[in-house]
Amino acid sequence: MADYLPHTNDELRSMLDFLGLSSTEELFNAVPEALRLARGLEIADGMNEPDVLSRFEERAKRNTARSDQMLCFAGSGAYDHELPPVVKALAGRSEFVTAYTPYQPEVAQGVLQAIFEFQTMIARIYGLPVSNASLYDGATALVEGVNLGVASSGSNRVVLSAGVHPHWRQVVATFARGTGHHLEVVPLIDGLTDFSAIEGTCGVIVVAQPNYLGGLEDLSAVRALCDRTGAIMVVAADPVASGVLKTPGSYGADVVVGEGQGFGTALSFGGPYLGLFACSIKEIRRLPGRIVGETVDVEGRRAYVTTLRTREQDIRREKASSNICSNQTLMAVAASIQLGWLGTEGFAEMALACARGTRYLANHLKGGSGATLLHPDLGVFRELAVRTVKPATQVVNEMAARGFLAGIAVSALTGGPDPSLSDDVLGHVLLVSVTERRTAKEIDDFAAALEEVAK
Amino acid sequence: MTTLNTAAGGKASSAPLMGKDAEPTIFELSQPGRSAYQLRTTGVPQWSAEELFDASLLSDHPVPLAEVSERDLVAHVTRLSHRQFSVDLGAYPLGSCTMKYNPKICDAVASMPGLAGVHPGAPASLTQGWLETFVSLERALCEVTGMAAATLQPAAGAAGELTGLLLMRAYHEANGDVRRRIIIPDSAHGTNPASVTLGGYEVTTIASDDRGCVDLAALKAALDTDVAGIMLTNPNTLGLFEEDIAEIAAALHNVGGLLYYDGANLNAIMGVVRPGDMGFDIVHMNLHKTFATPHGGGGPGAGPVAVSPRLVDFLPGPRAQEVAPGVYDWVKPPKSIGRVHGWHGNSLVLARALAYIEVHGGDGLRRVSERAVLNANWIRQRLSAKFDVAFDRPCMHEVVLSLAKLRKDHGVKALDMAKRIMEEGFHAPTVYFPLIVDEALMIEPTETESLQTLEALAQAFEVALDDALNNEQAVFAAPRTTPVGRVDEARAARTLVQTFDARG
Ligand SMILES: Cc1ncc(COP(=O)(O)O)c(C=O)c1O
Repeated sequence: MADYLPHTNDELRSMLDFLGLSSTEELFNAVPEALRLARGLEIADGMNEPDVLSRFEERAKRNTARSDQMLCFAGSGAYDHELPPVVKALAGRSEFVTAYTPYQPEVAQGVLQAIFEFQTMIARIYGLPVSNASLYDGATALVEGVNLGVASSGSNRVVLSAGVHPHWRQVVATFARGTGHHLEVVPLIDGLTDFSAIEGTCGVIVVAQPNYLGGLEDLSAVRALCDRTGAIMVVAADPVASGVLKTPGSYGADVVVGEGQGFGTALSFGGPYLGLFACSIKEIRRLPGRIVGETVDVEGRRAYVTTLRTREQDIRREKASSNICSNQTLMAVAASIQLGWLGTEGFAEMALACARGTRYLANHLKGGSGATLLHPDLGVFRELAVRTVKPATQVVNEMAARGFLAGIAVSALTGGPDPSLSDDVLGHVLLVSVTERRTAKEIDDFAAALEEVAK
Repeated sequence: MTTLNTAAGGKASSAPLMGKDAEPTIFELSQPGRSAYQLRTTGVPQWSAEELFDASLLSDHPVPLAEVSERDLVAHVTRLSHRQFSVDLGAYPLGSCTMKYNPKICDAVASMPGLAGVHPGAPASLTQGWLETFVSLERALCEVTGMAAATLQPAAGAAGELTGLLLMRAYHEANGDVRRRIIIPDSAHGTNPASVTLGGYEVTTIASDDRGCVDLAALKAALDTDVAGIMLTNPNTLGLFEEDIAEIAAALHNVGGLLYYDGANLNAIMGVVRPGDMGFDIVHMNLHKTFATPHGGGGPGAGPVAVSPRLVDFLPGPRAQEVAPGVYDWVKPPKSIGRVHGWHGNSLVLARALAYIEVHGGDGLRRVSERAVLNANWIRQRLSAKFDVAFDRPCMHEVVLSLAKLRKDHGVKALDMAKRIMEEGFHAPTVYFPLIVDEALMIEPTETESLQTLEALAQAFEVALDDALNNEQAVFAAPRTTPVGRVDEARAARTLVQTFDARG
């Protein structure tokens, strides 16, 4: 009989009396008898909290890939970054956790201001003037970016680099069933997108930076292509890379989307994550989701409020720029705290540490034979495509026995053929990632084990 | 009632505040040279950026963030938290939002390293605990809704809606059937029509009848073989049960259309009546409402979509399935519409919901709905002496008042009343939704508020009404007890300051 209901038996009786009812069943008089469930729900009896916790501990034990017990070298859009106690403590404050959407700004200044700070940080990181209060995740942020691009350009011809994460490409394809966008996927050649076949007018061109095999694309060339074809330039960008590399905005991207999990959110088995979105001023009225603006209250004190609301579904209904309502605000708040903790210097330091660790691992693999770099000459940030002699899925399983989550087999991500990799190569590519949390010793041990296992 | 002499646990008017100053932004707290971060000592060679990257790629200046000490960061964020209302602080009777208490055990589950520390790309063999969690949750949700199978991928209700519409589309297309329209009632939530457009359909809106329900005659007149389906929520957004639901379902099915259930209002009916038994084909659930996962100041949520047998093959995938007793794997449905999330969905939200379900059990979930409906009816009855209830008859889990008369006679709007109620230590109810009620105030007390809290809430409404009738200026000036007073929304839109850098 465990629950969180406050009613005493006396209160129950008096409340029913007040309503002139003799039983709780009568509360449902409006529900036709014939439709009512004549039996109880077939869900096991309730358990007390300690018993439920034990059950989840059992479940947790069966997740052997947990990062506190298996060293994480997997990335591909989900990264094992530092999550300091201070960020956990602050982002876990129940004032943020148990609040609703800030519909009444007078009692929601905390969340509103945190979002305003978040928008500022994301705008700076992507090098564009506008950001929003978050979207669900990187993949759905890309869908929104594509939708914005089509609406802005007036053309639904969407050119998508195959360097975009395979799952994200799949999500874009799923939602294109509804919008009817025409998708053209352009393959990578030698690890970088080959747009040379694209001619004529385009609505949207999407490129990933870095691409999912780790390669750093030439964004200036993509900008030029967009100018030539009239396309809106959408970059799916790793936000951590802005710690060392030029921002996508500085290349003239119109829209930048990305996954913000690396800023204060745990690996979380894929969610809740943080969809990032930034765009140019001219697109602001097509921006999906909520945006917070600074203003004043009746006494002239600084205050924050959601603004440009006429784009949104509750007002614009079927003509809204997006259907999003609930977003990932808590993750945005966590990101603003994490970025505040990192600060200017820490953000750059973390990015550089990722790149150093990745280079350190790459140097190990250069001399190998079981595991080698798929594209040894490509510039990379924190992701490496590793060619394995053994099938990559098997390598992952054998490395797990040695205490490493070695990465992600590309074939597991694509779930089928990939435009950029021939069928005989596809099964032998492992995506490996190194974050600032990996020590030289861990990387040494990993490289040695991988070389042995991958043979 | 003697019990009403006890203090109300959900009244927050004692919350202390230090002063009336604005909190500086973190950028204004920033002092060049200060820092808080501490990263691991790795022993990796300290190559410079120039040694690692082609010079053309490198930024010539760091991205400016903020430069603060850990102490100042903690103080800043803590002060922000003190400028924020939350369920943990007091009652939050926002209609349609189901702001019930969020049990702390669910937080404990979501922070277990064996759940929160798992990479989503790890293979099924190394994540059996997570897959079993998904399968257990899917089973429970299907039992509550009377459906055959579910996808857990959609990240919120709106994402579930669009997923459901794409399922409709795939189903009709597989039957070689081209249909262009989706029917929604004029009382529907804004995400419904917005999702319809993104699903590639046209919206046909039908008016509600004078009882606040679907107008059957209008519905039947709108039906033909061009209709792909209808989106409804039952109880509807007025908190009223659509008593003709069986006839509505039959009418839709007759023309080959499908029924979509917006599960935002599921909290009213668990264990009482199931969408599947009412004739619905597709159901999304807002786990951040009914299943008590905290709303995070606007999200994250989770919007699983459950379907009837004929739609199972189209579900997004891959789905976690029990492939042999106690063994779990990812399986892609044969005619899957594809992924709707970058990974598996908002997993930690899903785990929280399962913990909530396991604490309650089947009978506990029914008790939740009973008490939610009891509380809503109690507040309806309690307020009906002094307020106009929009459709005055027993409601389900929420009730809608109309302040049209107050506005006409005294110039006091629903928004003014909402602001005045906040001075009494409660979050405001929902205002101006559903759109079909003039000057709507929508109250959803939820089952976790006590009788004492309900009484105090009712008194807050009465105090506000008293001011509206006798002391209008006090209502227009409200709220005066909050960190800021009424906010200039027009200015926010006119002179847009969307980042710190956009300040003039
Ligand atoms: C009736 C109704 N439908 C749909 C939604 C959308 O759900 P979400 O915010 O999770 O996208 C809501 C949320 O407020 C709602 O109240």
